[in-house]
Amino acid sequence: MTTVTPAHSPASTGKRPPAEARTRRRSSARRRSTPLTIAMLAVLAYFLLPLFWLLIASTKSTQDLFNSFGLWFSHAPQLLSNIKATFTQDDGVYGRWLLNTVLYAGVSALGAALLAAAAGYGFAKYRFRGHGAAFNLILGAIMIPTTALAIPTYLLFAKAGLVNTPWAVILPSLISPFGLYLMRIYAEDAIPDSLIEAARMDGAGELRIFLTIALRLLAPGLVTVILFTLVATWNNYFLPLIMLNDPNLYPITVGLSSWAAQAQNGGAGASSDMLALVVTGSLISIIPLVLAFLLLQRYWQSGLATGGVKQ
Amino acid sequence: MMTATAAASPKGQRRDGPTRPGRGGTRRRRSAGPLFIAPFMALFLLLFLAPLGYAAYLSLFQEKLIGGSTFVGLDNYVTALKDPLFLKGIGRVALFFLIQVPVMLLLALFFALALDSGLLRLARVIRLGIFVPYAVPSVIATLMWGYLYGPDFGPFAQISRHLHLPAPHFLSDSWMLGSLANIVTWEFVGYNMIILYAALRTIPAELYEAAAMDGAGAWRIAWSIKLPALRPALTLTLLFSVIGSFQLFNEPKLLMSVAPDVISSSYTANLYAYSVAFISQQTNYAATVSFILGLVIVIVSYAFLLTANRRRTS
Repeated sequence: MTTVTPAHSPASTGKRPPAEARTRRRSSARRRSTPLTIAMLAVLAYFLLPLFWLLIASTKSTQDLFNSFGLWFSHAPQLLSNIKATFTQDDGVYGRWLLNTVLYAGVSALGAALLAAAAGYGFAKYRFRGHGAAFNLILGAIMIPTTALAIPTYLLFAKAGLVNTPWAVILPSLISPFGLYLMRIYAEDAIPDSLIEAARMDGAGELRIFLTIALRLLAPGLVTVILFTLVATWNNYFLPLIMLNDPNLYPITVGLSSWAAQAQNGGAGASSDMLALVVTGSLISIIPLVLAFLLLQRYWQSGLATGGVKQ
Repeated sequence: MMTATAAASPKGQRRDGPTRPGRGGTRRRRSAGPLFIAPFMALFLLLFLAPLGYAAYLSLFQEKLIGGSTFVGLDNYVTALKDPLFLKGIGRVALFFLIQVPVMLLLALFFALALDSGLLRLARVIRLGIFVPYAVPSVIATLMWGYLYGPDFGPFAQISRHLHLPAPHFLSDSWMLGSLANIVTWEFVGYNMIILYAALRTIPAELYEAAAMDGAGAWRIAWSIKLPALRPALTLTLLFSVIGSFQLFNEPKLLMSVAPDVISSSYTANLYAYSVAFISQQTNYAATVSFILGLVIVIVSYAFLLTANRRRTS
């Protein structure tokens, strides 16, 4: 079981020549199953239905959201004015939320990936006292749920005066035990010892070897960890919800849920305009992540392959 | 997961070979390893172990009206383990876990096998389409489904009214857990599918050729080659599902405002911890509840890992 090597990692590309992979694909291309394809398209429809609804809904006024059929356009599409209203509501607080989210998620993801890469590299390429114990301790932490940690962290941060600052959201997101696990496995495969040895012979220091050689070879693994930490922090709700109470510091998730609560309280539906803003704001906020996944799929899929197989 | 170090160590010995010769750099090299790990470790101690320790510490005290904080030993734990609200919350997420996770993982497995079979047209589009919900924040997923579920204006209710059928009550007491399960499944099937699919793509093609030579059909290959090879990836997805289910919070918290009569502030264990901490402001008790919840998750995860490992070695 443990010997199965990830297909896309540099170490194994030599073992399975691309030609062979191509034959496999070609031989299977001969027989395609129409019933299975139709069944899977039905499945696809289920997964895209809410997104389709969101797309349609963001062209509607709050009144039309209630009065027209949910899965089709109303008579008066108004996507642009919805977008404009979203960005101007409450002195443009929505734009702030977007910027906050980009900041929190960006800093967290980059920081977490760098920390995980350095530590993963350290575990993969060096042996030292307490090596196994330290790694097992961190692996065990994968099982500790972040939300069960959130309340104790809040209490601790309250003591330290960090609550209601951006740090309260960024700091806890910097540690990704799963990211470290991925990076260690990735580093073992992707960085040949001979290369490190050669660099040492040339007189390069350990830090320089890591920064100039290892980090470059780790790139696909890094992209994976960055993307998945980015999603985790971008979508984080519980942590910022408890840590922040200044609306100007909210990320998009907490901001939108506060708008949603207002829309709910704003009378029996149609009297409040908030709902259209919640819907349009939701649509705008998911576009960046969806795009990131589509553009970088090559990288993160090979990175995931490493983590899911090698154990 | 637990075997990761075991798998790595034989390689590690081989690796130590060329590093060992005692040229001047050995000492520096040995100290470089811990240095690479130090930043991660420092934050790990500060942000993982310190909160855990602090929660454990807080859970031993009680805030008294007179005399402030007093040491009460395990009193809070005794209270929590007898607290019907907390136990019901744990029971509810356990039930949720038992229903939702098998459905989700079986679907993910089926989709991954279907995509890997090469029988599909438009495989790439289908794969990415199923995965896309993962990139949607659970807050937004819940808002969307909350609207779709709506008994008056949701499209399902609209369609059934159009067909003169009774509107489905997705947000009623008896349907709620299923409606939540649907949202979580929608969010995470694709993620699990991708992990399994990625693992399937790494099975060497020669294995299939050899099996086909021996007369194995598609089902036989799936059963005897693909499923065993998927075991580590399945263990991983199961582990993440345990963690996810037991800390269920976002979806019920947001649906609470749509269906306040159905979802109480103790609907899930985590929601209960939140309301104890931030609504009734019982810091010590909240720490106790979080601590026990974390413990439950670690125990359940560990039990799964142990069974998975035992089956693999036997």
